[in-house]
Amino acid sequence: MNGPKDADLRVEDDGTLRASGAWKLERLEALEKRLSALPRPGAPGRVLDAGGIEAMDTAGVWLLLRSLRQLEQDGTHVEIRGLRPEFAEIARMVSAGRTGVAPGIARPAPGWMERIGRRTENALQGGFGALSFIGENTAVLLRSLAKPGRIRWRSFLSNLQTGGFHALPITGLLSFLMGIVIAYQAAEQLRAFGANIFIVDLIGVSVLREIAPLVTAIIVAGRSGSAYTAEIGTMKVTEEVDALRTLGISPSETLVLPKLLALVVALPMLTVYADLMGVFGGMIMALTRLDVSFIEFADRFRDAVAVKHYLIGIGKAPVFAVIIALVGCYQGFQVRGGADAVGRHSTISVVQSIFFVIVTDAFFSVVLSWAGL
Amino acid sequence: MESPAPASRVPAIEVARLSTRFGTSLVHEEVNLTVYRGETFALAGGNGSGKSTLLREIIMLQRPAAGGIRLFGQDTASLGDAERDALLRRCGVMFQYGALFSSLTVAENISVPLREHTRLGKDLVREIAEIKIALVDLPAESADKYPNELSGGMRKRAAMARAIALDPEILFLDEPSAGLDPVSAEGIDDLILRLGKLLGLTVFMVTHDLDSLWRVTDRVAVLGNGRILGIGTMEELSRMENPLIQPYFHGPRGRAAGEQTWKRK
Repeated sequence: MNGPKDADLRVEDDGTLRASGAWKLERLEALEKRLSALPRPGAPGRVLDAGGIEAMDTAGVWLLLRSLRQLEQDGTHVEIRGLRPEFAEIARMVSAGRTGVAPGIARPAPGWMERIGRRTENALQGGFGALSFIGENTAVLLRSLAKPGRIRWRSFLSNLQTGGFHALPITGLLSFLMGIVIAYQAAEQLRAFGANIFIVDLIGVSVLREIAPLVTAIIVAGRSGSAYTAEIGTMKVTEEVDALRTLGISPSETLVLPKLLALVVALPMLTVYADLMGVFGGMIMALTRLDVSFIEFADRFRDAVAVKHYLIGIGKAPVFAVIIALVGCYQGFQVRGGADAVGRHSTISVVQSIFFVIVTDAFFSVVLSWAGL
Repeated sequence: MESPAPASRVPAIEVARLSTRFGTSLVHEEVNLTVYRGETFALAGGNGSGKSTLLREIIMLQRPAAGGIRLFGQDTASLGDAERDALLRRCGVMFQYGALFSSLTVAENISVPLREHTRLGKDLVREIAEIKIALVDLPAESADKYPNELSGGMRKRAAMARAIALDPEILFLDEPSAGLDPVSAEGIDDLILRLGKLLGLTVFMVTHDLDSLWRVTDRVAVLGNGRILGIGTMEELSRMENPLIQPYFHGPRGRAAGEQTWKRK
């Protein structure tokens, strides 16, 4: 680059300091590194010739002032000569501002006792907040069910479309692939025992009872749960949620309930579709790896797979839906501050809802086996 | 229409025959505008007249449908990435709502451009940030505060501090005093005047605050109906006959702002 030279400060043989070049932000790097190595003989009086400075900005002025202050601390008084008046003006402003500035005070790091205490308090408050959120929304739900006219049907329908209908392709595809994977793994084992036809039992029960509801819930948690958090969180940041409250509109009623109801309706339906696609995937593998034709598969399916498995799978879906919607909305309302909080809570939302879905699924397994189902 | 400029003045921003379209609606139609170095220039006009859009086009956030913009004599449409960055480095922008990074403290916000564009030491960067904080009259404690802990006026000042972090040659301000109480708004006006003079800045601001227009600007362009309705000093504009400009200056608010300025002078 042409133009002015880099900022420079050197000591002449007679002890005079000579500053030259452009003391501007982009030309300070080399000088800053060199300044600490500048020789500092403790001569009581010195002269700084600033006549060679061609340009200056606030950063350059500060670097000059800072080096002079350092010299003064070492007992060297420096007299500046030849500084252009416009640069002197900047220097006055910068040094006026600097005197009032306190050095950055780092907040002291809390001790381990305090950290444990704070975490415990946060966890308790979080749990309490979640409970009161569930309570509030249950109350709103009951009130709305008593007066169905109050439910925002338009919002419900649009949530049904985005959360349910638009999730069809991805849910179907993943469930189909899961069917293929399970059948593929089972095929080798079953063929070894000549028990080819039992692929139907295996696929039927595992897909209808476990795989389809879980895969669907996990996809919906990732798709819709995070979207709910981001939407409500952004509305929190822009004070839209507060606006709703002051307008006498309950955010539960407008934001949470339509989403909750839409997911409760959509998730079982998605699960049925996932059932179909998963079993279809299994059928294809049964045909290609084990020579079980579609007809044989269907015949055996009717005899071997009880309706209860299908019903249990579908029955879990609304519970998962409630978990996903509540966690997603709750995390949205927890957002405070700005963009980073929205991202953080979206992550928490997805992780928590998948976690709770799987824990609930395990709980179902235990309870149902006790009940002998 | 334009007041004659002395030949010695160097243009900083030149907008030539610029048109902007959003879908079918025409926002700007053949807009011509020149801002000279060292002047404080304001773009005025009603809501929705395309002021902010023009600002966004000048700082290359948006492309116009037709026409050209030159910044420091360089055509912004034909720049490579590196040239574009170099040009933007000479510009400081303060957005209407501050656009401070919410996950960073004020001092960190100001340090972002410094760290990105220079390799200065950590201490020096922090000190420069503190100088900028002092320059915009923010209390020193605000350095370690997060944007959501600041009031609206303080947030604007912090945004201003970030805009001048790299000691830009042009400072772009989008509605600097909007949403502030009169005292804070006046404080921001003073700040613009002071920084403009002290650092030799060219200031390009978008505003419809009549008090600011009278107090801080050298020249003003009024945008309306997609065109520049008038350019000149506030006194020149207030004498123009254009029926679209008149209400701007001779409505009750316009008169009050103008009279105040006369008194002060």
